[in-house]
Amino acid sequence: MEVLAQGIGPIFTDPDADKARAFFRKKSRALMPKVMSVKEAVEKFVHDGEYLCTGGFGANRIPAAVCHEILRQGRKNMGFAGHTSTHDFQILCAGEVFNKLDVAYIVGLEARGLSPNARKYMESGKVNVSEWTNYSLSVRFKAAAAGVSFYPARNIMGTDTFHYSGAKVIECPFTGTKYAAMPAIWPDVAAIHVHEADIYGNCRIRGITVSDLDLARAAKHLIITCERLIQNDEIRRDPSFTSIPYWCVDAVCEVPYGSYPGNMYGEYFSDEEHIKEWLKVEENPEEFKKFLDRNIYSCKDHFEYIERNGGMHKLLKLREKEFMFSKARD
Amino acid sequence: MADYNTMELMICTAARELEDGASVGVGTGAPCAAAMLAQKAHSPNLVILFEAGGAAPLIPEMPISVGDSRTTWKAVMASGMCEIMETACRGMLDYTFLGGAQIDMYGNLNSTRIGPDHQKPKVRFPGSGGANDFGSFCWRMMVMTPQDPKRFAEKCSYVTTPGWLQGGDSRAKSGLPLGAGPYKILTNMAVMDFEPESKRMRIIAINPGYSEKDVQDNCGFELLKAKKIVENKPPTKHELALLREQIDPYRYVIGR
Repeated sequence: MEVLAQGIGPIFTDPDADKARAFFRKKSRALMPKVMSVKEAVEKFVHDGEYLCTGGFGANRIPAAVCHEILRQGRKNMGFAGHTSTHDFQILCAGEVFNKLDVAYIVGLEARGLSPNARKYMESGKVNVSEWTNYSLSVRFKAAAAGVSFYPARNIMGTDTFHYSGAKVIECPFTGTKYAAMPAIWPDVAAIHVHEADIYGNCRIRGITVSDLDLARAAKHLIITCERLIQNDEIRRDPSFTSIPYWCVDAVCEVPYGSYPGNMYGEYFSDEEHIKEWLKVEENPEEFKKFLDRNIYSCKDHFEYIERNGGMHKLLKLREKEFMFSKARD
Repeated sequence: MADYNTMELMICTAARELEDGASVGVGTGAPCAAAMLAQKAHSPNLVILFEAGGAAPLIPEMPISVGDSRTTWKAVMASGMCEIMETACRGMLDYTFLGGAQIDMYGNLNSTRIGPDHQKPKVRFPGSGGANDFGSFCWRMMVMTPQDPKRFAEKCSYVTTPGWLQGGDSRAKSGLPLGAGPYKILTNMAVMDFEPESKRMRIIAINPGYSEKDVQDNCGFELLKAKKIVENKPPTKHELALLREQIDPYRYVIGR
């Protein structure tokens, strides 16, 4: 096939579909319990140098507990998909976890402003960058989930976003229309936070799914954290609610409030005070180091982190805010 | 002295572009306020889409993220990014509002970096997010932005999101979907569109209190002028009441 134009950005993962098939041929389909702690899951499935993805949307339904644990265990030199990433990106930058980055949205926390530390890290020259867009990375996961090596999309052509990406412009064999071919990403490991899962990894997600259904299928290893464990009987009672099947999943960790300080649809709103404090403290490197020690490095787990930031009283307020009861009660 | 500020005027101008039954892809901040105002003022069936998956919500209060729970409040569907962008790509997204650190005379936008070295930029911004996607697919892309000569640049240091690219038929030749592109630029001083042949930015309306000279003085490139330049209408009392009392009571956006 003729390539009409080509970006100069690196492709950090192998887009070969047959190599991916050879991997998935060996992935277990056994219905077995996969419940473990976040610490254990990160020890087992997240390794230096590998390519990592996180689910959700930046500070909404994010696997915050896994991100913190990755910092505690000191993972380095990873690849990362900066796909709709905001607070999760901010955490990983604090630990300088990755040095290869597929960018779609980074550094910013949407309406909250930019992260000074993430920006500093990205301006340091320590990170090898390839440029994409949110939809481009979505279809790169979609291709991988479908077991094909690329996906044709009609965005990015003619821009610097294309020039600094690893995409190629090709011609449709039927119509002659130009398409940007987006190479599949099969991440080594992904972490996704969901509402409910059974001990085998069958998952239910409420609210928006972002790109997580494709990401779950694309990932070679998948860590699920869930608000609640539910019985397998409940999954089988109505399988129409299952959006990730157990054979995609390697670890199931029950972490109530696992998206904190992020938002969790139908459960709790984001802790804007805490995120604001985080953004502010990043302006002062000394203070930021103390802040990280207090909130991540000296915490045993996610619950200790939450307890240090208001515990159940705070969470109750965030639940009220999610359902917009707060105005009625104030 | 007018009893409204320029942010309020920009939001009201933007809201009036969104007719009932149309669809609009929005981000947080002013674009979301404009969509909410349109929905409450004159377009009850405006289809508001958020890139993360929220589809046709009745937004109760200003979201802080395009993926937070407010973006699916009383929505018809909580979907995903592909659903929203595929809807746009197959031609069902009428409007979107984007912004950036720089915009050039063809409506190309930079939200990625300042400085020549991509691996070690002088200033790093968030990047495309969904902007390039909406900008590529949406029939009529609009920009809401304050106007100053640095932002309205002769040349963007990086083109994140396509406008009319190099003007003329360059966008049509690029492979991007035909017929879609920048439509209007709404600033604190004026409203601009694009001259149909050259695709260069052109003044079509001036906001109350500003002159054509003000607009040109605050632009880093030469603006074309429409044959008839009108004065943009100020916000109505009704629009301001909705904006201040229901949409942004804490003045997150209109207080900027």
